[in-house]
Amino acid sequence: MGMTTADSQFHVLAVDDSLIDRKLIERLLKTSSYQVTTVDSGSKALEFLGLNENDRNTPNETSVSPEIHQEVEVNLVITDYCMPGMTGYDLLKKIKESSSLKNIPVVIMSSENIPSRISRCMEEGAEEFFLKPVRLSDVNKLKPHLMRTKCCKNIQNQENQENNQSPEIQLQTAQSNNNNKRKAVDEGISPDRTRPRYNGFTLVSN
Amino acid sequence: MEIVGQLQKQYVDFINSLFREGYLDDQYVQLQKLQDDSNPEFVVEVVSIFFEDSEKLLNDLASSIQQQVVDFKKVDGYVHQFKGSSSSVGAQRVKNACVAFRNFCEEKNLDGCSRFLNLVKQEFYLVKNKLETLLRLEQQILQAGGTVPLIE
Repeated sequence: MGMTTADSQFHVLAVDDSLIDRKLIERLLKTSSYQVTTVDSGSKALEFLGLNENDRNTPNETSVSPEIHQEVEVNLVITDYCMPGMTGYDLLKKIKESSSLKNIPVVIMSSENIPSRISRCMEEGAEEFFLKPVRLSDVNKLKPHLMRTKCCKNIQNQENQENNQSPEIQLQTAQSNNNNKRKAVDEGISPDRTRPRYNGFTLVSN
Repeated sequence: MEIVGQLQKQYVDFINSLFREGYLDDQYVQLQKLQDDSNPEFVVEVVSIFFEDSEKLLNDLASSIQQQVVDFKKVDGYVHQFKGSSSSVGAQRVKNACVAFRNFCEEKNLDGCSRFLNLVKQEFYLVKNKLETLLRLEQQILQAGGTVPLIE
């Protein structure tokens, strides 16, 4: 995964078992100038994301399965909640539990307005919950989530270049990151969204 | 030129009546807004999928209700799908019939399910007919060199 420039298109992965809804979300996203891939199930989504759904995530954050290396970068996943087999919620969980995928923002769509369902999804780390039928005004809400991840990557890339400057501070960050690592994973939404991850970590292990 | 004006008026009157009578809701307008020169067939495509999907769902529903032992969860699953697709194209009356149908599924009320399957079927064929007429009018306007008015 090379450096992403501000100009490159965002790529959204849309997951829905309904053909009509896939057509709809695809059109909505393309109208907003996003690159779109649609799949009809959670397992196909995981496959596309490069994650074998049977993989157990190791508790040790530094070991990354070679299978996780994505061919195509996905900047956001938008998924239907009610799907046979793997639900949108299950997919959300798998993504947030994956060390390589958890930074990808996930949005849930549902035809049913069930408050407990909504809060469950938000607690698990979903960025937004859209009621179907989804509209352009909903899709417009995706931009900030996409911009944030791009921003994060850019900061990370900059830090990589400047890593000689303040080793002490980096060390402190790394140690506190170390302790919070598992907690951050469990929480789903990391509190330091805009701060680079793993950077100080690799420094320390030098 | 005169013919385009006439067709457009016919179109506007017709689509307004569909909104008024609840056959279509605002979601249909949303679909139209997504259609443009780069995707001139979008509405037709989506509506065609809806027609195909619905025929299949109606068949599945009919056979699931005719079983010796009715699996109401399965029936509800089909109705849920139908509710979703009709909602996505703006077929309001079909959607509403599906919502009511689901209540009978929940109650495991076979008689209610039977009745509402008939109702959903009826509403579907009604809106199918209306949509076909609407899309035909659109075609005529375009062929006569006019543009299809967008109702808000």
